[in-house]
Amino acid sequence: MNHLAVSMCGLSLAVAALATPAVAQEDPAKKTQTARTFWGVSAEKFEYRYSDSDEELAVIEGDAYYGTDELKFRWLFEGEWEEAHNAWETLENQFVGQVPVDDFWDAKAGIRIDTPEGPDRVYSVLGLTGLAPYWFEVDTNLYVSDEGDASVDFEAEYELLITNYWIASATFESLVAFSEDQEIGVGKGLNSTEVGLRLSYDLIARSFSPYVGMVYERKYGDTADLAWDSGGSTEDWFAVVGARLSF
Amino acid sequence: MNKCILAVVLAGLMPFQVFASEYDISVDRVQIDTGDFVKEGIGYNGASPGPVLRFREGEEVTINVTNNLDEMTSIHWHGLILPFEQDGVPGISFPGIKPGETFTYQFPIVQAGTYWFHSHSGFQEPNGAYGAIVIEPEGREPYRYDREYVVQLTDKHPHSGDRIMRNLKMSADYYNRQQQTVGDFIDESGEKGFMATLRDRMMWGDMRMMKMDIEDVQGFTGLINGKGPDQNWTGLFKPGERVRLRFINSSAMTYFDVRIPGLEMTVVQADGNNVQPVNVDEFRIGVAETYDVIVHINDEKAYTIFAESMGRSGFARGTLAPEEGMTAEVPDRRDAPLLTMADMAGHVMDHGDMDGMDHGEMTDMNHGDMKGMDHSDMEGMDHGGDSLPEDPFYANGSGLIPTAANGGKFLSYQDLKAQKPLYEDREPTREIELRLTGNMERYEWSINGIKYEDADPIVLQYGERVRFKFVNETMMTHPMHLHGMWSILEVGEGKWNPLKHVVSVAPATTVYMETEVDAPGQWAFHCHLSYHAASGMFRKIVVEGGPDSPVADGKQSGNQGGES
Repeated sequence: MNHLAVSMCGLSLAVAALATPAVAQEDPAKKTQTARTFWGVSAEKFEYRYSDSDEELAVIEGDAYYGTDELKFRWLFEGEWEEAHNAWETLENQFVGQVPVDDFWDAKAGIRIDTPEGPDRVYSVLGLTGLAPYWFEVDTNLYVSDEGDASVDFEAEYELLITNYWIASATFESLVAFSEDQEIGVGKGLNSTEVGLRLSYDLIARSFSPYVGMVYERKYGDTADLAWDSGGSTEDWFAVVGARLSF
Repeated sequence: MNKCILAVVLAGLMPFQVFASEYDISVDRVQIDTGDFVKEGIGYNGASPGPVLRFREGEEVTINVTNNLDEMTSIHWHGLILPFEQDGVPGISFPGIKPGETFTYQFPIVQAGTYWFHSHSGFQEPNGAYGAIVIEPEGREPYRYDREYVVQLTDKHPHSGDRIMRNLKMSADYYNRQQQTVGDFIDESGEKGFMATLRDRMMWGDMRMMKMDIEDVQGFTGLINGKGPDQNWTGLFKPGERVRLRFINSSAMTYFDVRIPGLEMTVVQADGNNVQPVNVDEFRIGVAETYDVIVHINDEKAYTIFAESMGRSGFARGTLAPEEGMTAEVPDRRDAPLLTMADMAGHVMDHGDMDGMDHGEMTDMNHGDMKGMDHSDMEGMDHGGDSLPEDPFYANGSGLIPTAANGGKFLSYQDLKAQKPLYEDREPTREIELRLTGNMERYEWSINGIKYEDADPIVLQYGERVRFKFVNETMMTHPMHLHGMWSILEVGEGKWNPLKHVVSVAPATTVYMETEVDAPGQWAFHCHLSYHAASGMFRKIVVEGGPDSPVADGKQSGNQGGES
């Protein structure tokens, strides 16, 4: 309930910021002749994962935004549903405001609320997202939790066009924590990396692109020990099948 | 009641007026069938495209426009010289036409030629709200023809305008299906070597720019007079006849390269104004431009009107035939062109990475006599364009320089010379530089780096002659459209410079046009690519003074300054 209140608060702040009238409003044609607010809903990952140890996961990674060129409000969602335990292994909601800071880069700030099976966490988020030279899509964030622990994640994606409809995408994700948060299985230092390779086909415009692929996940150091202790694995290979969605 | 007063005043001013005609246009939801797909859209009098309005020079027209939509609408009379309140741009000329309301336009027709009309509200125009205007001259036409057809091109897309705009904002390459692939890399490696190809990809990748960025919105079906390639619009002729074709490009986003294999075309008019006839095999028609051509057909056979999009992602096709049902071969589309580093020069200059190229030098060159303009002094820059033909309206070595499919004559802006100058030639009173700017990745378009929503209007004084200097710093081609006043395109022909209403500015080029500021009021000025205009490549122009104002002064020499 508390988390909900926090997120609603963030939402209303962002909405208020969007509603603030811009300067130079006197020309009515600025309203009739320009398109200024936009929205979009997409799921970069919407997939089922089968691990080499017979673990099965349903994974969604998506976002929805509303806003202008100057300010967007974005809701990012990440969830991993574990079939065997009937539980959310990961369940993250981020609510961020996003502003351009360069031709190719946006800064993000907001709040992240984790409510998976087990202890919850609320984080403040400061992030950078954009397009690096040579077409690498990069997203990186600094998180500080309500327990005072800081961590950084880094994601990069590269799309290789086999044809203009068959697209191979390579992804890399990593998480580094600056302090231990044993309760949620986070050790100090490099926590984990995930490498993915997916082959998709744009079936309906860019709205529906089914794919198959594989994902390799690995945990390191103290994090790996924590996982080991709680009976989890430290290294997994997954076969994935899913679709990229965009509306 | 204002309209009544206006009518009375106008009637008083024109006691000898003979013609006066009244037209009714309804704005309706319609079905558009392209042969490839059926789409809900907006049309006039129940159809898209709307009717061909035929006016006579010198008459006073009254047009009652009834809005049957559940949203605001408007009609802009593209290229017509008229009082600004009649120009049809909501927020600039008038408030717009509310649902259920009838708005009466009334204005004198002071010109002749081929024009068109379209909605200036939201994305109604890409959604189908457009039609043609043909104005018969008061006197005789300076050329002979036996029959005529309007050939109105458009790029009908299965997505609505709002959806397209939204998708482009989410991902600027959403509709680009001509991107370079692994296969292209392998092919090119075979030709040029692996390292050279890799270096090339690295160079473009470093800039985060694409060579294939020529058509932002692909996936359309090209239409001629509302008919897709399979529906094959057909114009009939009798052998021996001269047929006048009034080409109008009503596309939202697409330039077309037009040819009629087997026939030479004589271009007699551009943007409604007669030009000295030029024989061509092919011509490129920018968005919102018009070209009138005359073809002399002797043989009793069919001919294909083939309009390939500039980026070759689509085409429109029609037929000229002695009998209904006859067809001619439809050519294959040629390979898609690729932008070169030359097309990127404006962008690179903007970012100051390329020291070898001097911006000032380029502008100096364009200042001089265009015909004498020689690119030899630019040879220091290696653009990789080997034996491409020269055209001062494209960057030297540009990948966009068109060539005729049969190896013949391709029309260039520098071929356009006015048939009869409308204005006396005089020195411009001042120059206004307008840099065409944008961020392709974010799909933001602007002028001088400022989007319309953040910009002040451009203020002109009635009676001055302004020289506009367009510097295209983007890698897209922008058809710039000034409402209400003629754009006198600088082609280096002095008083024979042609009058246009759309001036196309290719990537990394500087193009000049002059405008006799002879229309008081406020006007729109924008890139005519629908999604560029809507994202900010737009300005309001305010003309201060005028016949009724004491401030009016025709000679304002030395008045310097850019955008206020």
